[in-house]
Amino acid sequence: MEKANESGDSVNRVVPLPSSRTCDDTDWSQLLARMAETGDRALFVQIFRHYGPLLKSYMLRLGVLDSVVEELVQESMLTIWRKAKTFNPERAEAGAWIYTLARNKAIDWMRKQKYPTYSLEGHEEEPQEGETEPGELHLIRHKMKTALNELPPEQAQVIYMSYYEGRAHSEIAAKLGIPLGSVKARIRLASAKLRNFWEGEQ
Amino acid sequence: MNTIRHHLDDATLLSYSSGSLTNAMALVVACHLSVCADCRRKAGEMELLGGEMLERLQPADLSDSALQNLLDALDEEQPPEPTTDAPALPPADVPAPLWAYIDKPLDELAWKSLAPGFAYVDLPCQGTGASKLLRIAPGKSVLPHTHTGNELTMILRGSYVDDVGRFAKGDIADLDDAIEHQPLVDSPESCICLVATDGPLRFTSLLGRIVQPLTGF
Ligand SMILES: [Zn+2]
Repeated sequence: MEKANESGDSVNRVVPLPSSRTCDDTDWSQLLARMAETGDRALFVQIFRHYGPLLKSYMLRLGVLDSVVEELVQESMLTIWRKAKTFNPERAEAGAWIYTLARNKAIDWMRKQKYPTYSLEGHEEEPQEGETEPGELHLIRHKMKTALNELPPEQAQVIYMSYYEGRAHSEIAAKLGIPLGSVKARIRLASAKLRNFWEGEQ
Repeated sequence: MNTIRHHLDDATLLSYSSGSLTNAMALVVACHLSVCADCRRKAGEMELLGGEMLERLQPADLSDSALQNLLDALDEEQPPEPTTDAPALPPADVPAPLWAYIDKPLDELAWKSLAPGFAYVDLPCQGTGASKLLRIAPGKSVLPHTHTGNELTMILRGSYVDDVGRFAKGDIADLDDAIEHQPLVDSPESCICLVATDGPLRFTSLLGRIVQPLTGF
């Protein structure tokens, strides 16, 4: 169907996903929970030093202007501080929690309208059947590091363009010169492969 | 509680989690996630993926004053005002994320008639694409049609059947140009759904498909 591009030829050079940077053993979820409990600013500074520059890098990629990016990072950090009490390490993972918060902050600014979210403040629900069990998130997060490296280049590419460039399916299709259906197929394959990796292997 | 049979496509979920869906489409996704634990679990995994992607970025240095500014801001922090009353809960047939876009229960909205048996309400979503509430009377059917891009529908009330199956409250029809269908409302009450498209002009064609058979009489 799209054989011409599948082999990673010269038309669209596939940018590889960056590899994990350092072997960082910090348990950010525990640290965040401890910060919420104690109000210890030293822990907050530690979170800032690690996540602040990552959030800036992420927001710039999504399209936030250089002139406001630090302000948005600052707002995100303040939101982390304020909302830390609602963070439950049994049901959430710090990296994903901070990522989601920063994503919303960046999009809300860029679109001048709140990105619709499903976990609404004040409506904390009890865990339901089918939802991720306590601790499982952290295991998945850990496996994710390896799983991501296993994706074939053309699948890694659509993940890259989604998360680092915020491109819709149709934009990815236009940029790569492939049909919309192929973009969706690649994303489905990537999701299935990742899921298989953390559900199947130990 | 009814069982949800039709769920979000992985490609749609990943697009939502990575922040690359339009607000119109994201609204439908968020509404389904608010009622579907299965999809919520998958969305959670894709947010973990987001966390890992974030971790892999090359950090961008913040200005020297950034930390001090932040700590100064902390000094200014006031303890949050104790909120006396919890936010009003939406009616049972309005998913929480939709409640921010409409200010009344479904039956009290200003429905605009499109043709006998068909009415709609525009929702104020920014950006490309559009989202609307559609209300279709029992026994009414839409002409067979395909789609020119992505189209997301969530059933809020009533039900319809088409070539794919039967869609009832909470179900999602996550369609693209590969699918042709002809929905027929088979519930005794009107079917109300939340519909979003991701292209600028697509709703015109969607509404055209509904009206066309009627003006043809
Ligand atoms: Zn679902």
